[in-house]
Amino acid sequence: MAERAFHVARLPGFATTAIIVFVALYLPIFTLVAYSFNASTSLAVWGGFSLDWYAKAWDNQQVKDATLRSLIIASFAAVISTTVATMAALGTTRRQAFKGQTLIYVAINQPLMVPEIVTAVALMIVFGLIKVWLTSIGMGGLTTGLGYLILAHSAFCIPFAYLPIRARLEGMDLTLETAAADLYASPWQTFRRVTLPLLAPGMIAGAMLAFVISLDDVVITEFVKSGGQDTLPTYMLGQMRRQLTPEINAVSTMLLGLTVVLLTAFFLLTRKKT
Amino acid sequence: MSAAEDRLRRESARNGWLLSLPSLILLFVAASGPLLIVVVYSFLSPGQHGNVIWEFSTEGWVGILWSKDIFSEEWMLADAHLAIFWRSLWLSFLTTGFTFIVGFPTAWFIATRPPKERALWLFLITIPFWTNLLIRTYAINEVLRKEGLMNTVLMGLGVTDTPIEVLYTQTAIFIGMTYVYLPLMVLPLFAAIDRFDMRLLEAGYDLYASRWQVLRRVILPIVKPGIIAGSILVFVPSLGAYVTPRVLGGGKQMMIGNFIELQFLQGKNWPLGAALSMLLLVIVMAALLVYVRYANKGSSHG
Repeated sequence: MAERAFHVARLPGFATTAIIVFVALYLPIFTLVAYSFNASTSLAVWGGFSLDWYAKAWDNQQVKDATLRSLIIASFAAVISTTVATMAALGTTRRQAFKGQTLIYVAINQPLMVPEIVTAVALMIVFGLIKVWLTSIGMGGLTTGLGYLILAHSAFCIPFAYLPIRARLEGMDLTLETAAADLYASPWQTFRRVTLPLLAPGMIAGAMLAFVISLDDVVITEFVKSGGQDTLPTYMLGQMRRQLTPEINAVSTMLLGLTVVLLTAFFLLTRKKT
Repeated sequence: MSAAEDRLRRESARNGWLLSLPSLILLFVAASGPLLIVVVYSFLSPGQHGNVIWEFSTEGWVGILWSKDIFSEEWMLADAHLAIFWRSLWLSFLTTGFTFIVGFPTAWFIATRPPKERALWLFLITIPFWTNLLIRTYAINEVLRKEGLMNTVLMGLGVTDTPIEVLYTQTAIFIGMTYVYLPLMVLPLFAAIDRFDMRLLEAGYDLYASRWQVLRRVILPIVKPGIIAGSILVFVPSLGAYVTPRVLGGGKQMMIGNFIELQFLQGKNWPLGAALSMLLLVIVMAALLVYVRYANKGSSHG
């Protein structure tokens, strides 16, 4: 073999390890996707290409309900968390550092720090207490419904919505807003006509991340949901206790596809123009 | 400072708080506030079928390490609990160590690609990180199962005649956690290596250092903040893992997260579950404090 030029940054075995890591990272996911197209009922034997499992999943009322529920919760959570996170981002950037600002950062990032299982348990207890209280004052009708899940999801999505919005704000040119003010625009007009359009890509990116995070949540949903309120991930978790068929692969593949589309859009939106 | 400036400044701070208020309220109601109730619950007495009786008791906390003998009513060291804590710690350390061993070369590889390619490689690491944890764990389940990819390949190569049963063992949890948390190790390592001045390597080689010496004496000390950041980012979710041990450990190989669930959803002992949750939270917070200290040190180096 020809001698390779000595390259300072090359360390023996590193590139090989990296390639193995990338293959190992994607191989299981590709296998999962491949078996969703398997004609056989077994997860082991390949019985030819078929879309049967997608048809089965599509006909499964539980899957349909869970999908719809997931999408409703994720949409509400994305809109709510992006709205409050945008306000918080406007409040914590582009002004002189103020007392308590660090506290606000910590509070906003808190869901990233506390283990999910702990938040899940805490919410289960608190929502349980609220439900008991509501029943005792004769408002038992409010103890069901997706409101509790939407509230929980909106909260833990805040840091994910906040980060891209804040990044966008920090990179924005202040002179445009000063120019608007010089041209006698009211603060509201300036915000509405100058700041908001400039901020929009950050907000869309934040909302998409929040949507993906809400869509993927298992642990908190599992503890907060009441009976018959399965979302797609908790439905799948429940199914994994039983005999598995490629139907789960078909459902996974659809969820995976949605995530990848949203993430690609997110990266295109936040990509720095060079 | 003039009075007008002072007034402006105060107004700006007030607006900052007002704008942040909706987020803070939402987070207090549905994230931080409920944690306080968990503290209260950890000091109550367990109810018959789950829930609590509103009587002060420290049995929840004592129950972490000791359990009452049903017949003699004596407190004895709870071996089963210790086994779960030990498994959680051991698997988390193992996962952290192994993600570093394979994550470091990967991060190095990405950081030394030409700038144009780098974004693509980073994107490839990030995609699995954002995709559903449950789906990724399930994918590993499929690879490891008796008739899965791993056994098919191993038997096809003639390495083994009978399928190796890895699923529902600690090894399976370890493999699964390594798989799902690897990106959390690679990303901070990449950030640290990306800032590393490659001319230091030339200096090292010019001074007759071997590759191993350069790695140990030059590279590792400089990227140390990235190593610590990555280790904590992997260790923290590993310790609190719930989905991975449930799907790959099959209910037999519990970790702290599953043990907490057992206390609540199976209605065993809510105060004990609450105390365990707080214990987990304290350990995680301690690890994160170390992280904050090192992260700040790292940024001061530029």
